[in-house]
Amino acid sequence: MRQNTQLAVVGGTDAAPNASIRSEISAIFEQVLGHPVSIEDETDIVEDLGMDSLGVMNFVMAIEDYYDLSIPLDRIAQIQTVADLIRAVQELRSGVPA
Amino acid sequence: MTILAKHAALKQAYDELRESGVDPAHLKFDSVISPTEGVLNGRRTILMGTNNYLGLTFDPDCIESAVEATRSQGTGTTGSRMANGTYLGHSALETALADFYGRKQCMVFSTGYQANLGVLSALVGRGDHLMLDADSHASIYDGSRLGHAEVIRFRHNSPDDLYKRLRRLEGAPGERLIVVEGIYSMLGDTAPLKEIAAVKRETGAYLLVDEAHSMGVLGETGRGLAEAAGVEADVDFIVGTFSKSLGSVGGFCVSDSPDFDIMRIVCRPYMFTASLPPGVVASTLTALQKLRTEPHLRHALMRNAHRLYEGLQRLGFETGPEPNPIVAVSMPDQETAVIFWKMLIEAGLYLNLAVPPATPNNVRLLRTSISAAHTFAQIDTALDIFADVGRQLGFFVEGPRRAAGAL
Repeated sequence: MRQNTQLAVVGGTDAAPNASIRSEISAIFEQVLGHPVSIEDETDIVEDLGMDSLGVMNFVMAIEDYYDLSIPLDRIAQIQTVADLIRAVQELRSGVPA
Repeated sequence: MTILAKHAALKQAYDELRESGVDPAHLKFDSVISPTEGVLNGRRTILMGTNNYLGLTFDPDCIESAVEATRSQGTGTTGSRMANGTYLGHSALETALADFYGRKQCMVFSTGYQANLGVLSALVGRGDHLMLDADSHASIYDGSRLGHAEVIRFRHNSPDDLYKRLRRLEGAPGERLIVVEGIYSMLGDTAPLKEIAAVKRETGAYLLVDEAHSMGVLGETGRGLAEAAGVEADVDFIVGTFSKSLGSVGGFCVSDSPDFDIMRIVCRPYMFTASLPPGVVASTLTALQKLRTEPHLRHALMRNAHRLYEGLQRLGFETGPEPNPIVAVSMPDQETAVIFWKMLIEAGLYLNLAVPPATPNNVRLLRTSISAAHTFAQIDTALDIFADVGRQLGFFVEGPRRAAGAL
């Protein structure tokens, strides 16, 4: 059941909320990194944005503050690209369990 | 490509360190001759990075009890307590620790690392929520992965961030366990335990404090930060180690939890490893007795900690936030940290080079840990060496000044 719900949420996301989360995430990236970034769904957060583990942690905490949610460590480990991050934020906001 | 190729990034960082002529992972002492002195590369060296807080590793009574127990009971138990049984010493040590902390229950583990693995994985499981300070020790992070609980990290020493995260969990099923440390091992700062205990009470969470670096160090009777902060009643589980103030090896957990004993058949890091050998158990018991009956050791330790901390600050070095037995000196970058560390060792002072990923916030540290056994003369020599090396490397120092005047 849980698996189905998760798929439904992922599959059911339309372009609009995706785009708005992406632009919010982009603003948070810029705030943490201190310079403008250009991100796409497939942007690799560590590889493409040159973030080290501290940068990732600060970034995750900024995302958590912004959306008023906590991303559990096992979920963080699954996030590699911007699309992964958008999906995690959407799922955690809609209360889908990890 | 080998099977270890996945560690390429770490290997590169390590190779760079080795190319600069240092290899902390392969530092070899010719001998260690006292709690505060060793021989390194043929040179007598002051040991100031060994967590030997009360200086009990060479205590004649501790040694004697270890020797006597080894003679009478042998060198090892050759197996776990589940398989090979509990020796009288194991239960005597558990009774003594429970008594020291005023708790009903105690379990002894073979290392402090295993105590965290065992306790964390037993206390929380799937569906529970484990709230970790972001600067937690590796054993806490590793323990958090063993139990399948949902792990949430809060900002280091921030009761507000912890509260916010617990509030987000309102209505979610499962237990909440907050884990903090008495003294954090890298910077020597303490947890704001009063405030964290208040969050715990308000949110109905459980609270575990790892007193590894604060047992025998903080509190009126040496029980640690919970005692010093006056919140022992709010702390549900205390984890600690024998390898620091008690000068041996091993770990423990004490609690008043009525069903605590179930952990003995739940904690895999307790069940599937050899129990502590009789000699280690015996010296630990004697050391615990000394910790309780010789408060002057703790007073000497804090005196020494202040002398080193304040001396380093007077020289112009940037230290951690509190004068505790762990005193960390910030280095501007990795290269300076490595050269500084190497020069200290060449001058006869051993301490820890701490670099990412072992340090919080990517800081580079020269980490010292002071002992009750250090003499003022040794501390002043260490300060002189720091001043000399600092000057040679162009640090902003006003020149060596003895700390004695201020104390």
